Amino acid sequence: MNQTSPQGIRKVILASSAGTLIEWYDFYIFGSLATVIASQFFPKTNPTAALLSTLATFAAGFIVRPFGALVFGRLGDLIGRKYTFLLTLIIMGGSTFAIGLVPGYNKIGFAAPLIVLLLRLLQGLALGGEYGGAATYVAEHSPAHKRGFYTSWIQTTATLGLFLSLGVILVTRHSLDADPSASILKFNDWGWRIPFLVSILLVAVSVYIRLRMKESPLFTKIKSEGTVSKNPLKESFGHKVNLKMVLLALFGATMGQGVVWYTGQFYAQSFIENTCHVDFEQSRTILIWAILFATPFFVVFGGWSDRVGRKWIMMAGMLLAVVTYRPLFGRLLAISDEKTKTELSDKKEIKTTRKIIGENPDTLRTTAVKQFYDDGLIMINTTTDTLYAGHTKSTIKPDVKVSKNISSGGYWQMVLIVFVMIIYVTMVYGPIAAFLVELFPTRIRYTSMSLPYHIGNGVFGGLTPFIATLLTTIYTGDKLVGLYYPLLIAGLCLIIGAIYVNNKIDPNVND
Amino acid sequence: MNTIKKLAGIIWIVAGPLAIFYLVRTAAHEIAKKPVIDTKIQWGVFIGVFLPIAVGFVIFGYYALKGEYTILPGNSKEI
Repeated sequence: MNQTSPQGIRKVILASSAGTLIEWYDFYIFGSLATVIASQFFPKTNPTAALLSTLATFAAGFIVRPFGALVFGRLGDLIGRKYTFLLTLIIMGGSTFAIGLVPGYNKIGFAAPLIVLLLRLLQGLALGGEYGGAATYVAEHSPAHKRGFYTSWIQTTATLGLFLSLGVILVTRHSLDADPSASILKFNDWGWRIPFLVSILLVAVSVYIRLRMKESPLFTKIKSEGTVSKNPLKESFGHKVNLKMVLLALFGATMGQGVVWYTGQFYAQSFIENTCHVDFEQSRTILIWAILFATPFFVVFGGWSDRVGRKWIMMAGMLLAVVTYRPLFGRLLAISDEKTKTELSDKKEIKTTRKIIGENPDTLRTTAVKQFYDDGLIMINTTTDTLYAGHTKSTIKPDVKVSKNISSGGYWQMVLIVFVMIIYVTMVYGPIAAFLVELFPTRIRYTSMSLPYHIGNGVFGGLTPFIATLLTTIYTGDKLVGLYYPLLIAGLCLIIGAIYVNNKIDPNVND
Repeated sequence: MNTIKKLAGIIWIVAGPLAIFYLVRTAAHEIAKKPVIDTKIQWGVFIGVFLPIAVGFVIFGYYALKGEYTILPGNSKEI
């Protein structure tokens, strides 16, 4: 029943992957442009707007995604996979496009952050429903001996969506004016809307492709037999036999997979930018190169899992992450640490600019100290403070920004380190769609696999950058303390997975 | 192996409430240190999200202790 021709399966993969990739792109551009969006919609000076900003950040990624999994998972098991993941694509694309059109806070006041928050929630809801549908749809078309290989193409989309979002942002940022600084200013003013608006074109193409696809053969079969679940939520989570498998999927696989994914891609980039102080462009291009080199391995490990089983590849990825994260992140820190290098003091440059602000003759003073090091590292310390005309006020805490431009050798070492971490991601993430699909029966598959996936990735994974950063603010002595969260979760998941999860590949998902 | 699976269930049952206790204690400490709305939302979300997960972890431990994972379903028909 699920023996689709090789040509047919390629179309199925293309249709599913294209849509899922666009959904990830839509979801990521909001995160990647968080600073610009905050300045447009969520002014910090206004506490209510700042509150909405926090809600937009947390709620969409962590609370709404699992709800999306329940809402659309149920729908997918009731009316079918095709129309459900078509719906999630339209909701995601429409919300993203709409964010690009919302007037700023300075034009419509509170309505602006409120509308953006609602649209962001819709994004999270749609994302929660998309993945389960795409993975189920592809798996239900795949022959048993290639299920891991075919579904791994869906797995590449999350990483490629991030790649696409970073690429579009960087290109747009530099194409709005011949002068690079003017281009960045224009981008921050109105150009940031372009990546959001572009989304509608991508979504339109993807909707067209998906509309031409047929319903999953397995769902069509159970529908014609009249065995479609009447209450997928109750069957998935109300019956012990299925609930125990949902819990096993979460605690023995997706929880660890989620933190390995978010540590390798998102916390690594945040760490390079905020802890190592590598400059904006370099920190992003390091991730872009690493993603580009590592992405084919999703398919390699997905295909390999068809021969050796899903379990041990995923467990090996978690084990490697647990064992090597500290040395790898420690090395990132060492590459950018100027204290281990010799300064070329004769090349040191100090540039001070003064700009009169306001009607009072107060002056904004910016001092940029540029230091050069023997291995090619350049560190720029920019201190900004206000010189008050009267002597009644004085600047207590000047704003200090450190930005490092690392040498070519250091740059490629960082690319290699992030590449290794993304290889771990491909190990845990490549086989997981096939693994989840094989755990649950067709009639409740969409619902049952979506929830553990989105709790594992949205909650455990999505919170990784926040919790890791939070730990560094609580325990300030160790810059690597943030890693304890992914180490603990991945380690626990590794133990549970190794003890309880079965390595057997279920040859029959037609039931 | 089945004995390990069952005995480990006790650890999971205990770990759920312990994790929540640690989380609530840290949240209370951090909110007291910086009682602004951002901190309250942040920790409120953490507790709100991880509480049901901890309950799920206890149920997982209970199933493990009862031997529910001794033999996993061989195919979906057994679910």
